[in-house]
Amino acid sequence: MSDQILIRMGDGERISMSPDEVREDLLAGTQDAAEMGEIPPLTSDECEHLYEIFADPNRIVSVSPGEEVITTDDGASGIMVVDQPDGGTALPMGYFNAVLAFERICCADTAGMGHYDYSCKPIKSIINYEKQRYYMYSQATTIPLIYGTQPNLGLYFQPDGPFPNAAELIPQGKIEEARRAQEMAAEALTEDLVFCAKELYDVGCDGFNFDTSGSAGDADFCATLKAVAELKKIAPDMALEVGMASEFVLGLHGEIEYNGKRLAGMFPHEQVKIAEEAGADIFGPAINVSATESTPWNLARAVTFVKETVAVANIPVHPNVGMGVCGVPMTEVPPIDSVTRSSKALVQIGKADGL
Amino acid sequence: MATAHIMASGMCGIRTAGDLVAWMQLTRQMKIDAAKQYVAEKLKIDVADLCNEDVMQNVRKKFNIGNICAAADGVKGITAKSRIADLLDISINSVNLFKAKLNAPLN
Repeated sequence: MSDQILIRMGDGERISMSPDEVREDLLAGTQDAAEMGEIPPLTSDECEHLYEIFADPNRIVSVSPGEEVITTDDGASGIMVVDQPDGGTALPMGYFNAVLAFERICCADTAGMGHYDYSCKPIKSIINYEKQRYYMYSQATTIPLIYGTQPNLGLYFQPDGPFPNAAELIPQGKIEEARRAQEMAAEALTEDLVFCAKELYDVGCDGFNFDTSGSAGDADFCATLKAVAELKKIAPDMALEVGMASEFVLGLHGEIEYNGKRLAGMFPHEQVKIAEEAGADIFGPAINVSATESTPWNLARAVTFVKETVAVANIPVHPNVGMGVCGVPMTEVPPIDSVTRSSKALVQIGKADGL
Repeated sequence: MATAHIMASGMCGIRTAGDLVAWMQLTRQMKIDAAKQYVAEKLKIDVADLCNEDVMQNVRKKFNIGNICAAADGVKGITAKSRIADLLDISINSVNLFKAKLNAPLN
């Protein structure tokens, strides 16, 4: 009875498991990642370390002194002012105050900011307002201020955008037409990303975060990589962070390559290398969470991918640790016990440079 | 949730040396251990003290680079960033722009 361990399912439900059951799920999780990514599983010592993190009776866990890492985010300060769909609390305050509170009350290492919509396409038409905001915030913040946006290629397809909808063409068997549509849309997306980032660079932007890259598949990821490469030439003093949408680049196009490498099917340890080639300064892998598996299974899986990604990377790796990725349950209010266990495991075992 | 991660694993920004180490990741692509080592050498403190509030508050006051408890005449914002750029010997885009405007000829 007393040896039961309280853990969570991937959807946040609290259940109890025996030590043997936790160890079995840890092993199954790391083996699943190893098989899918063709990477080494966690060692038995690492699995035992992860077990101890789950078996810790404290509700909140943390790294030890000296192991702390850097935090970057996707406009997390905005949760103070946005509403429920974005996990926000809708405080009656402005975004500017939220950023300052994030720096001085939450004590973040960096602060992300962005437009409420967060996708690149709608930002282009209001870029002057965003430049004003960035410049004003930047004068007041001491920590690095990073402007974030989601490439979101999906907005470039009809009816939201000008290009034929690849998701409609593919089921009709119009594969080549779908590919051409994605290529044209990706070209437009790259132009928009470069435009927005360069405009912000001109008002002193210190960092630009391509958040949830690849959300619409390989063409989306390619557009991001091309934008990164171009910005490295024309905005050399602006750090570029590439955060992924999922652990696996979906092959909605299937044939798109960057520097001769096919993007479809890339896992995080491959994504980071191509991001490095493009010129990214920080890479954020996103490991999917299965809502029907336990958090030991999900976190073992995430740590396995992150460990390999950090091992091969020459740039800092900041795993995405928001709702539903890297071992954090897929639920509106992720339980703090699970959040801090993901945090600790990704740093101590995954050797992440940040989160 | 972001705050939970900051408390569990973060360096805690201007409360300690988190912003300084972050600048090294952003401007030099430094991995965490290298970034901490670089900053500790510039501050002339042990790496272990980078997240020690007791040490870092005095260090931040000594270099006048902004503290979590705000003195009325204490530097913050772009002024603090300008001093951090000099202290860490790095190029910060927002600081470069600020200095260019500040030092531009009047005529």
